[in-house]
Amino acid sequence: MNELIREQFPILHQEVNGHPLVYLDNAATSQKPRVVLDALRHYYEYDNSNVHRGVHTLGTRATDAYEGAREKIARFINASRSEEIVFTRGTTTALNLVASSYGGPRLQPGDEIVVTPMEHHSNLIPWQQLALRTGATLKYIPLQPDGNIDLADVEKVINDNTKIVSVVYVSNVLGVVNPVKEIAEIAHRHGAIMVVDGAQSTPHMKVDMQDLDCDFYALSSHKMCGPTGFGALYGKRKLLAQMEPIEFGGEMINDVGLYESDWKDAPWRFEGGTPIISGAVGLGAAIDFLSEIGMDKIEAHEAHLANYAMERMSQIEGIKIYGPAKRKVGIVTFNLEGVHPHDLATVLDTYGVAIRAGHHCCQPLMRWLEASSTARASFYLYNNEQDVDRLIEALVLTKEYFGDAT
Amino acid sequence: MQLDDLYRRVIMDHYKNQRNRGTFEDGAMTVELNNPTCGDRISLQLQVEDNKVVDAKFSGDGCSISMSSASMMTEAIKGKTYAEALDLADRFSSLMKGEEVEFVEYEEIEALSGVNKFPARIKCATLAWNALRKGIGEDSLDN
Repeated sequence: MNELIREQFPILHQEVNGHPLVYLDNAATSQKPRVVLDALRHYYEYDNSNVHRGVHTLGTRATDAYEGAREKIARFINASRSEEIVFTRGTTTALNLVASSYGGPRLQPGDEIVVTPMEHHSNLIPWQQLALRTGATLKYIPLQPDGNIDLADVEKVINDNTKIVSVVYVSNVLGVVNPVKEIAEIAHRHGAIMVVDGAQSTPHMKVDMQDLDCDFYALSSHKMCGPTGFGALYGKRKLLAQMEPIEFGGEMINDVGLYESDWKDAPWRFEGGTPIISGAVGLGAAIDFLSEIGMDKIEAHEAHLANYAMERMSQIEGIKIYGPAKRKVGIVTFNLEGVHPHDLATVLDTYGVAIRAGHHCCQPLMRWLEASSTARASFYLYNNEQDVDRLIEALVLTKEYFGDAT
Repeated sequence: MQLDDLYRRVIMDHYKNQRNRGTFEDGAMTVELNNPTCGDRISLQLQVEDNKVVDAKFSGDGCSISMSSASMMTEAIKGKTYAEALDLADRFSSLMKGEEVEFVEYEEIEALSGVNKFPARIKCATLAWNALRKGIGEDSLDN
C-alpha cells in the first residue's frame, strides 16, 4: 500500500494531543475516503429525492443510485442476484431481522440454535432472545485454546435438532478467520440454515456468497469506508421469499386495504419507510474504492501489519497477545501486565495513538479469555509500518510511565 | 493533556494498595454496579447503623481511576452520616465538572481532579460514588 491511499483519507492528516494521529481502531469503525465524502455531498447537492415514487428526474436519479448500490453490493460479495440484498441499518439490524423474521415463526421447543463463544453481542443476544421466546435451546461450539474452531467439535454440536447455525466469519477480538464454508456444509447436512456475521470480514477480505453457500450474511457499511447507520443482509432468494416483514409502513407494500394489506417482494418488503438513501450512495462509493484497490491486496497488507505488530509487541516484556500466533487479518488484542487497558488506551491517546480498550461487545469471550478487559489494535488499508512503530514506541513509554509511577 | 494530571502518585498509590478492599462476612448492605461500556464493575459493601456509614469495603475489577476512586471513597465515608456521605458525593460530581471544591475530610480525593480533562474517563471515577448513591441516596435500594 502506498502513500496515495493515505492521501485519500482527510481525517488521518491531523494532530491529536500534539502528535500525528495514528488510527488503530478500525475494527470499531473505519475512516472515510474523499470519494465517499464526495459521493454523499454530491447526492445531497444534486440528486436528493425520495426513492421508488418520484416520477420526476431527481426521483429517478435517487432510485437509480439506491438500487445501483444494491447491485454493487451483490457483485462485491458475489451474490447470485441483487434481489438477495436487503438494506438495513447495519449488521445488528440484519441479524435481528433473521432471528425475528426467519427464526421467530419457525422455531419451537426441542429445536437448537448453534453459535460460538466468540460472537459479538449482536450475533448472540438476538439468538438468546429467540431461544427464550420460542423455547429452543442455544448451544455453543467450543473453542480451541488458541481461539480457533475445530470442525470435529462442530460435528459434535450440530445435529438433526439444529435449525440455525450462526457464526462470525472474522472475530473482532481474536482475529481468527472461521471456517464458515465448512460449518455451512455441516449445518446443511442436518437441515439447518447457516447465518454468517460478516461485519469484520467484508471490509478486509474477498467474500463470496456462492462459494460459502451460507443462507444469510450480515454486513456493515461503516467498517468498510462507508457511512454509519447502514448495512445489508444477504439472504438466499428462496428464504427471503418465505419471510414476513417485521416493520410495516410506506414503501414496503403491494396493496393496502382497510383491514389487511400485502407486501412487495423481497428485498423491498423488508425496507419499510423512507430508506437510508445516502447510506446506500456512500457504501456504493466505498465499494468502488475498495474494489479498485483489490480486496486480496488489502487483506495481505493488513495481515502483514498485524504480524509485524505481533512480532514487535512480543519483544516487550509483559505483553500478552490473545488469539493464534499468526494472523490473516489485521486485529491484535492484547494486555500489558500491570496496566489496565483503559489506562493504557488513555496514555496511548496522549501520544496520538487511538486504540480500543474494553470488552469489545464480547463479554462471554472475555470470560473465556479470563480477562475482564483487553486492549485492541486493528488495522486497515491506510495504516503502515510507521503506525505500528508509533504504537510500539507508545507502549514502551506507557510501560515506563506506569513502572515509574508505582 | 498532561498525563501527570491524571496519574498522580497518590492515585497510583491507591490503585496499587487499595484501601478497604474485601468483603464483610455478613450484615452489610451490598450494591453491585458496572459500567457496561467498558466492563468495570464494583461491589460496594456498607455497614450502616442509624443512617450512618459505620464501615465500608469494596471489591471489583477496573482501571486505576475507578479502583483508586473506590479506595478513596471508602476511606472518606467511614463514620459519616448518610447526609455527610452524600454531600461528599455531590462535591465529587462538582470536581468531575472541573469546579473547585475541597475535601477537608479526605484531601487525597482532590488528586482525582485531573480526570475532568479526560472526559472518556469520568465514568471510571464516578463508578464507586454512583454505587454509594444507589445504596444510601434518594433512589436507594431501601426506599
